[in-house]
Amino acid sequence: MSERVDGDTLSAQLLRRAAPGRADFEDLVIVPIFAVIAALVLGGLIMLATGVSVDAIGRSFVALFVGSMGSAGAISETLTAAAPLTLAGLGIALGFRAGLFNIGAEGQVIVGGMAAVIFGFSFAGLPIFIHLPLALLAGALAGALWASIAGWLRAATGAHEVITTIMLNLIAMRLVDYLLRSPFIQKEGRADPISKSVLPSAELPRLFDWVDPALRIHGGIILVVLAVIFVWWLLFRTTIGFEFRASGLNPDAARYAGMRSGLIIVLVMALAGALAGLAGANQILGVLGRASPNFSGGVGFDAIAVALLGRSHPFGVLLAGLLFGALQAGGRQMQVSAGVSLDLISIIQALIIIFIAAPILMRAVFSFAFQKPAKR
Amino acid sequence: MDIELRGITKRFGDLVANSSVNLSIRTGQVLGLLGENGAGKSTLMNVLTGFYKPDDGEILIDGKAVQFHGPGDAIRAGIGMVHQHFMLVPVFTVAENVVLGVEPTGALDHLDLHKAREQVRAINDEYGLEVDPDALIEELPVGIQQRVEIIKVLFRSAEVLIFDEPTAVLTPQEVTEFFKIVTMLKNAGKALVFITHKLHEIREVADRISVLRAGKIVGEGLPRKTSDQKLAEMMVGRPVTFQVDKGKFAPGDLRLEVKGLTALRDDDTVAVDDVSFSVRGGEIVGIAGVQGNGQTELEEALTGLRRVVSGTVKFDGRDVTNSSARELHRMGIAHVPEDRQRSGMISDFTIAENMALNTYYDAPYSRGILMDWKTANETSARNAAAFDVRTRSIFTPAGKLSGGNQQKMIVAREMSRDTKFLIASQPTRGLDVGSIEYIHKRVVAARDQGDGVIIISSELDEVLTLSDRILVMFKGRLVAEFGAGARRANKNDIGLAMAGAAA
Repeated sequence: MSERVDGDTLSAQLLRRAAPGRADFEDLVIVPIFAVIAALVLGGLIMLATGVSVDAIGRSFVALFVGSMGSAGAISETLTAAAPLTLAGLGIALGFRAGLFNIGAEGQVIVGGMAAVIFGFSFAGLPIFIHLPLALLAGALAGALWASIAGWLRAATGAHEVITTIMLNLIAMRLVDYLLRSPFIQKEGRADPISKSVLPSAELPRLFDWVDPALRIHGGIILVVLAVIFVWWLLFRTTIGFEFRASGLNPDAARYAGMRSGLIIVLVMALAGALAGLAGANQILGVLGRASPNFSGGVGFDAIAVALLGRSHPFGVLLAGLLFGALQAGGRQMQVSAGVSLDLISIIQALIIIFIAAPILMRAVFSFAFQKPAKR
Repeated sequence: MDIELRGITKRFGDLVANSSVNLSIRTGQVLGLLGENGAGKSTLMNVLTGFYKPDDGEILIDGKAVQFHGPGDAIRAGIGMVHQHFMLVPVFTVAENVVLGVEPTGALDHLDLHKAREQVRAINDEYGLEVDPDALIEELPVGIQQRVEIIKVLFRSAEVLIFDEPTAVLTPQEVTEFFKIVTMLKNAGKALVFITHKLHEIREVADRISVLRAGKIVGEGLPRKTSDQKLAEMMVGRPVTFQVDKGKFAPGDLRLEVKGLTALRDDDTVAVDDVSFSVRGGEIVGIAGVQGNGQTELEEALTGLRRVVSGTVKFDGRDVTNSSARELHRMGIAHVPEDRQRSGMISDFTIAENMALNTYYDAPYSRGILMDWKTANETSARNAAAFDVRTRSIFTPAGKLSGGNQQKMIVAREMSRDTKFLIASQPTRGLDVGSIEYIHKRVVAARDQGDGVIIISSELDEVLTLSDRILVMFKGRLVAEFGAGARRANKNDIGLAMAGAAA
C-alpha cells in the first residue's frame, strides 16, 4: 500500500467491497439463533421446575412446532400473528436507526386501530377499492399524528421520547375505553364497551378462504411485505434515510453536516407512528372486525422486542416478526394440547431478548460456534 | 530503581505489537520513548504496568526478574503511570482524588480526610508542586490537574514514573512548568519515561532516547547528539521535511470580514467577545490560544453552527451572519471541525458514507431524494485515493481507520469540492508525523490556489509554520496580532499573549 499506485487503479481497488467480518456475521446471525435455542431450553427447564412432567414438556414443544408450522392452518396463524408485530416492529426499528427510543408503538397501534374502525363502519356504500385504502390510510395517519406529538415535544422542548411515548400510551388506552362507550362508536344495544363492526367493504380480504374457510391469513400480509421493502428502500436508498441513519449514529456530526435534527425527529416519529397505526388498522380490518378494550393485545410492546431481535434492519425485523408470530400461534396450540399456559411464551420471548442483549454470555455458553477471541 | 526490559514480545492474534524490545530505565534519568501512533508505545507501557502479560521476554527490576500478574503488582513494585487522559473525579477535591482507592482510614473504617490532606501537603512540599489539597478538580486548570495525577502516583510510592504524551493538553507556559517538575523528580532520584512524538520536547528533557517503529526499537540516541531530522527519520522510516513549502505570499481580494462578532456558550456566558478581523484570499490566518478561550465558539459561529448574537460576518461581500451550516458549505466554505470523532465523522458509517456526509443531498451523490450510490462510491474512491486515505476498501467503517487516515478522509471530503475558503480547527491534533506533513501540504496548497484559510490551533508550532498572520485569542477577545506588517511572530511573545499577558 505504501507505493504510489496510479490513481485510477487505486480508486478501482478501493471500490472492492470488504467481505463482512466474521465478527459481524456472528453478532447478526449466530447470536440470535443461539438466543432462541437457549430461551427454549430454559423455558423447558422452567416448566420442569414448576412440576410439569417431562412427557408434557415434550408434548408442548411438539405442539409449539406443529401449531406454528405443522399445517397450512398453522402457517396461516403464524403469518396472521406476525403481520402486526412486523409492521409495528418496523416503526420501532426506524426510530432506533435514527437514535429514538420510541416506546409508544402500543399507543400508536391503538389510535391507528380506532381510526380504522371508525372509518371502517362509516361510509356505507363505498366500493372496496376506495373504502379499504381509506380505512388503512386513516389508521396510518392517526398513528403518525399521535407519534408526532412525542416527536414535536422532543424537537421543540427536549422532552425525552421515552417518557412522552409511555404517557401517550396510557392516554391512548384510556381514550379507547372512553370512546368505546360513546354513542357514535358503541355498538347499538350493547352495554359493554365494544365498537360497531367494520363494513365488509373495508375488510382486508382473506387470501385463502377458497381453499379452507378456516384460514385466517388476509391481505395485511401483502402490506407487510410492501412495508419491509419500503423501509429498506427509505433507509438505504434515499437521502432521507441517510439523514435518519446519520442522526441516529452521531447527532453531532449530523448537525455539523447541516442536517436539521428537529425536522428529522418529527419525521421519524411520524413514519414510525404510521407503521404502528397500520399495524392497528391491520388487526381491526383483517382479524378483529371491531374494537374492544385491549384489542391490541400488547402488540406494540412485543414489537419492541421484534425490532431489537431484528437488529433494526427491515429484513431482520421481518424474520423476528415471523418468529414471534410462530411462538404465538404455536403457544396457543401448546395451551390446548399440552395444557401449558400461554404465559410461558411471554417468558420465552423475554428470555430471547435478554440473551440477545448479552452476546458475551452467548459466546461463553456456545463457545464452539464462535471464533476464538485473540489471546491476551 | 533501574528497570530492564529484555526481548519483550507481545502479539495480538497475527499482529505483533512489540517484537523483542529492549529498554533500560535508570534511576535519576529521563528516558524519551519516541514513536508514531500505532508504533507499539502503549502496548509496551501496558506490559510494563502489568496490564498485559508479554508473550516472550522478561522484566528485571534492579537486576531481579519479576512477573506482573496485574496492574496491582506493578504499582506495588513502584511503577506508576500518568495517563494522557486524566483519571480524576471532577467533583472531588485534590486530596480525595489522590487517596482514592488507598484511603487512610481510622476506627470503624472512618475516612481520615485530615490525614489525606497532610499527606498531599507533604508530597507538595517535597517536590514543590504547589497544589491546594482542598481545591475541586473541576475548578483547576489542566496543568494543575496533571500535577494531581503526578501526586497520585507519588502517593503510591512510585519510583518509576511513566508519562504518556504529557504535554498534549498544556499551554507553552505550562509545558515549561511541567519540565521543571520533571527535572525536580529526576533530581530526587526517580526514574522517568517520557512518551511523545514531539521531537523538540524530547530533546529538551530526555537523557536518552529510544525510537520505536512498527513494534521494534529502531534506534537509540542522545538528545544532544542526534538531530531532529535523524530522529524523525527513525520514527517515520523515511526522510521527513519539516519546512512546509509555501508559495510567495500574494494576498488577493477580501474574502471573509468579521465585525464585532459576539457569541455565547451553551450556558449563555460570553464566549466570543466583540471580535473583528478579516481574511484575504491566498492568506492563512492562524488563531492561536489555549483551549477554552472561545476558539471553538468562534469556529462554530463562522460555520453556521452557533448563533451570532451581535456583529456581522461577510463572505465575498455578502452578509452571511447566521446563515445555516449548509448555506455556508454550499458557498464554498470547507470546515474541518475541532473534534473529528465527535463531530467530523460517523464511526459506524463506511468511508464512502462519510465522504457523502455533507454533500449527500446533491450531485454526484444523489438525484432528488434518491441516493446514487454507484456514482457516490466512485467519487469517494477517487477522493480517497487522491487524498492518501490508506484503507483496503472504501466500505470499511471509518472508525477502524487510524486517526491520521480519519483526518485525511475528512480533509478529502471538505476539500475535494470547489472551495473558496477553509476553516480548520486543530487539523493535526494527535496525528503522526506523516499525516501532519500531508495535511499541512494540503492546507498550503489551498492557500496557494487563492483560498482564504483560517487555522485554529493550540499547537503553537503548527500555527507558526503555516500562518501568514497570527491572531491570539484570550478570554473571547483577540488580544494580539503577529506577522505580515504587524509585529514579527515570535514563539515567546505569542505564548505570553496566549496566557493573557498584556500585549
